[in-house]
Amino acid sequence: MSLALDLFSLVAIGAGAFFFFAGTVGLLRFPDSLTRLHALTKADNLGLGLIVLGLLPRAGSLLDALRLIAIWVLVQLSGAATAQLIGRALSPRRAAE
Amino acid sequence: MSILQVLDLGLAILVLAIAGWTIAARELFASVVGYVAYGLLLSIVWIRLHAPDVALTEAAIGSGVTGVLLVTTGARLRGAGGVETAAPPRLSQRLMAGALAVLVAAALAAVVLLLPEPAPTLAPEAREGLAATGLGNPVTAVLIAYRSFDTMLEKVVLVLAVVGVWSLAPDRCWAGAPAPLGRARPEGALLFLDQALVPLGILVGVHLFWVGADEPGGAFQAGAILAAMWMIVMISRLTEPPRVGARWLRLALIAGPAVFLATGLAGGGMAGGFFAYPAGFAKPIILFIEAFLVLSIAVTLPMLVAGPPRRSPQS
Repeated sequence: MSLALDLFSLVAIGAGAFFFFAGTVGLLRFPDSLTRLHALTKADNLGLGLIVLGLLPRAGSLLDALRLIAIWVLVQLSGAATAQLIGRALSPRRAAE
Repeated sequence: MSILQVLDLGLAILVLAIAGWTIAARELFASVVGYVAYGLLLSIVWIRLHAPDVALTEAAIGSGVTGVLLVTTGARLRGAGGVETAAPPRLSQRLMAGALAVLVAAALAAVVLLLPEPAPTLAPEAREGLAATGLGNPVTAVLIAYRSFDTMLEKVVLVLAVVGVWSLAPDRCWAGAPAPLGRARPEGALLFLDQALVPLGILVGVHLFWVGADEPGGAFQAGAILAAMWMIVMISRLTEPPRVGARWLRLALIAGPAVFLATGLAGGGMAGGFFAYPAGFAKPIILFIEAFLVLSIAVTLPMLVAGPPRRSPQS
């Protein structure tokens, strides 16, 4: 059982790290701000989500697990809102509508 | 070399690289962004040094609030004609500044490297006295009990900073409100943040204050988070910065240091010493003081960001 959980953690955190890596590559290589923003938000949402998912079996208590999830939700909230704000600031045409 | 040591080394190199980039950045805004990232990395360094209280403060104050202050300052400077168009400092000035920075860094490095082994510490004494204060977090005990006078004076400095900012107001605007923080038309995403993040943030702020007695947290971190929530609401224009002449604002600003000082003076009469707390009642008194400190910090930081009054009090 514990082996299966360890394996689950390993796979989830590894996948999360991959999304962060891909997001960073996108941030560095994509041609303009909107596509870079796109790459970045994927790292925030999926990458952090997978890492939190992988850490859940390792949380010491239910409260710790809830804290981890709360951190993910908070990052989601601020990430989504900031991405919107930056996106709007970048496109004056849409912001004027 | 274990994997943690490799990560620590990478972290140290990253901090130095970002510090260098922050200094070398040509544009003011880029430099501010570098500084914010530097602060966040530093808070990870503090976590690695097992100092979560310092890490929280660095993230909230060093990176968050200072970052907002620098961004707004940059925006205002650009509005006022721009700082980047000013003549760059002469080579001799730059060399002097560089030499001074190297000297300070070398002195600090020497102090750290020349520490005797084991380094002198007051930690055991600080821990021994914890029982008398009823607290579980030695950092809070140092701040509010052992060195309470220092902490009280720090809060007075914050009030002085606000007075300094307000004193830049034109005469006709005195006692009026600072300029609004955000754009005229609120953005949907910001309103969403108000609804979703602000209630949670207030909860987290109060939680940090409450657990600060026994776990990492405390008045300063809690106040900074509450201040951030007020700033978000002001930036989305759901509320405007208050008139600086408003009585409630003035009272909230000085509540922390005033209650702190009054408690300290009362200790002189009732507990046998300036800033002494009566035995058995130390923890409730400390929490009482901290509650007012949280209020003052939560009001002080947004008023620093809002800047000097820009509207006449009648309008």
